[in-house]
Parts: sequence; structure tokens; C-alpha cells
Amino acid sequence: MTLLQHYWPVFIQGFGYTLLASFIALVGSLILGTLFAIMQVSSMKWARVFGDVYVQIFRNIPLLIITLFLYLAVAKVIKMTGFMAGTIGLMLYTSAFVAESVRAGILSIDNGQMEGARANGLSFNQAMRYIVLPQAFRVALPSLGNQFINLVKNSSILAFVGGLDLMYQGNMVAATSFDTFTTYIIIGVFYLVITLPLSYYIQYLERHLKRKA
Amino acid sequence: MVTLGIFDAFNGDNVNYLLGGLGITVGVSIISVVLSLLAGSIIGIIQFEKIPYFSTFVATINNIIRNLPLLLIIFFVYFALPRLGVHLPIFWATVIAMSTFESAMLAEIVRGGLESVDRGQFEGARANGLTNGQTMFYIVLPQAYKKMIPPIISQLISLVKDTSLASGIVLAELTYRGQIVYAQNTTYIVPILVVLTLVYFLLNYGLSLIAKWFDRHLA
Repeated sequence: MTLLQHYWPVFIQGFGYTLLASFIALVGSLILGTLFAIMQVSSMKWARVFGDVYVQIFRNIPLLIITLFLYLAVAKVIKMTGFMAGTIGLMLYTSAFVAESVRAGILSIDNGQMEGARANGLSFNQAMRYIVLPQAFRVALPSLGNQFINLVKNSSILAFVGGLDLMYQGNMVAATSFDTFTTYIIIGVFYLVITLPLSYYIQYLERHLKRKA
Repeated sequence: MVTLGIFDAFNGDNVNYLLGGLGITVGVSIISVVLSLLAGSIIGIIQFEKIPYFSTFVATINNIIRNLPLLLIIFFVYFALPRLGVHLPIFWATVIAMSTFESAMLAEIVRGGLESVDRGQFEGARANGLTNGQTMFYIVLPQAYKKMIPPIISQLISLVKDTSLASGIVLAELTYRGQIVYAQNTTYIVPILVVLTLVYFLLNYGLSLIAKWFDRHLA
């Protein structure tokens, strides 16, 4: 515990950066993922193909490779810090998984909803925004929650590019204090503070939705 | 001799070196898959059986592991366990860390799969004189596995991608060896990263096609 007393500002700073990166990537990946999900179910062929290709590529390559690409190659052209590269990488990567969840949600909504809305004079975009998406999101909520947990865990990848996050700062503490055991336990507790309550809430949500169905 | 930088990055030595890394990536993946399938099934069944106290205890530990970053588990196994006197070679440290994390993820899939099997199947099998263990092994598990194959394969895709995290403890797998190659010459960065992307993509896209095939033919 003396370790925590001695290094707490470092841990708190890392925790702050982890929360910040997670929040930015969460908002960004929800927007991007929803866009790609709509593209995948749209009637325009180019949009479907583009959406599919995006999702397949980002789902099937390691987040570390995406982040390294941004940090080492893209950052040569567009200046960015490790924190930015890591957060953008996290956002791009997660958006592919969000797109999958939202797409499954949209497909689970009866086609009659879209047809009814269109028959009542709403445009495709209006029907999507006001009728289909709100219902789809409710269905997709548990799986989106799981994606968010993965996002928080995956934010540890920022440590590879000097992203100042919890994992990065924790490694610093481990290296200076030599007490690797306690340090990694403390980092673990910090991550669990975010992920565990969320994970229990999702389990509750899933049981609740199953009972309703 | 004048050559294009792009092709220079892939001279014979570098290609051999990268292929060796791919071998380690595949090796870690396969051993971890086998271990985590075994452990994940056992943990999943324990959670499903609802043995008083024991199942809750196992489920809590499982939840904790599932909710930690894999990178942290890898670092813990490689850097923290030696303080307790457990020294593992880097390859096995990675395998143990990955298997621990993946079995926690797979246990959830197994539990979900078991819960999706109709209660009548248990009752019918028990009524026909099978023991609890026989019912599980011959009747319930085969049906549950059918439903579990697609999510299990997605989990395997994560596993293959996640082996890249072991470059953080300097395991000489594919990603780490790529980093070593472009460290020689910065013009190699883009070509190496593009090729790594392609290799991982092909491995995982192949796996996802298998998942789709199972999805269509079993469901």
C-alpha cells in the first residue's frame, strides 16, 4: 500500500487518460459504427460494399497494427501524439464491432416497421432515424455494452505508443518501484472499477430482456 | 545496386525472419486455443451446474479475469509472477496468459450455449437412465457446441489478433519481428505494416469464412 501512497498521482493521471480515451473512442465509434451499419443495410450497392469491406478489414486485423500504422506512418503526414493515434485507432477498430452489433439490431426489427414508416411518407433517413434505429439500439444494447467493455480493456494498447494511459503509467511505476506484483494488481483494480459494474449490469439487462421476450 | 525500398524490406533474410514470427504467432494461437477450449468448457460447465458456493466463486473469478485487459494479464504473468518464484520462458508465459484470458471468455460462451439447450433434453436423458455426467457428455454438450461454434470462432479470431500484444513483452512473434525489420530503416515502416495487415487479415478472414459456413450448415 505504500506503493499506492507514493505513486497515486501517477495512477490517477493514467486512469484519467484511460477514461478520456475510452470516452472519445466510445462516442466516435458509436457514430461511425452506426453509419457503417446503415450503409450495410442500405439499398445502394456501393454503400453495402463499402460498409462490408470496412467492417471486415477492421474486425480482422489487430488493434496494435492499426495503432502502429497511425502512430508511425500517418503521424508523418498529420501530426499527432501517441494519445491521439491510440484513441483514433481504438475508435476505428471498435466502430467495426459496433457496426456488427447495430446491424444485427436493425435486422432484428421487423421489415414492416420500415415499410409502414415509408408508406406514411417518411424518407428512408427519417424512417431509419425515428422508427428503426431507436428499436434496433434497444435490442443491440447488451452487445454494445460488451463492446464498450472491450473498448476500455483495449485502451491499454495506448501503452505501446506512449499514450500516458493507465497501462503506460503503470508500467512506469513497475519499472521504477521494482514491485511489479503490487503495481499490476493496482492497475487491475483500476480497470475493474470501470468494467466489472458494467459487466454485471449487462448480465442483468440480458436476463431482463430474455424474460420480456 | 539500385532497388526500390519497398522490395528491399522483403529481401530473403527479412522474409525468413518474418515467416519465423508467423510460425510463433500460429504456435501460440494453436496451443492457447486447445488449452482454453478445455479449461473454458470445464469452467463453463461448473458455472452452469450451479453447485452451491463453488459455482458462484468460479463465476466471480471468471468475471474478474474477463474484465481485465489481456495486455495486463500478459505483463502480470511475465513480470509479476517471477516475484512469487514462478519463472516462465517467454513463449509459455504468453501461452499461459492468453489461455487464462481466453478460457474466461470461452467459459461465457459455453455457459450461454448450455443454457440455450432445452430443459426437456436433460429430463428425457435422465428419464432414460443416463447419469448426470452421461447426459452432459453425450446429449447436452454436442447440441450446445453446435450453437457455440460461430461465437467460438470469433473468439479464436480475437485470439490470433491478440497474440500481437505479446510483442509488449518482446516475444518474437510476427508483429514484434515486423517492428524489428522496420527499425533498420524507416522507409520500411509502411510496407511492413501493410504486409502484416494482409497476413493477419487473411488468417482471420479465413477463420470468419469457416464461422459463416458453420452458421449456415448447422443452424
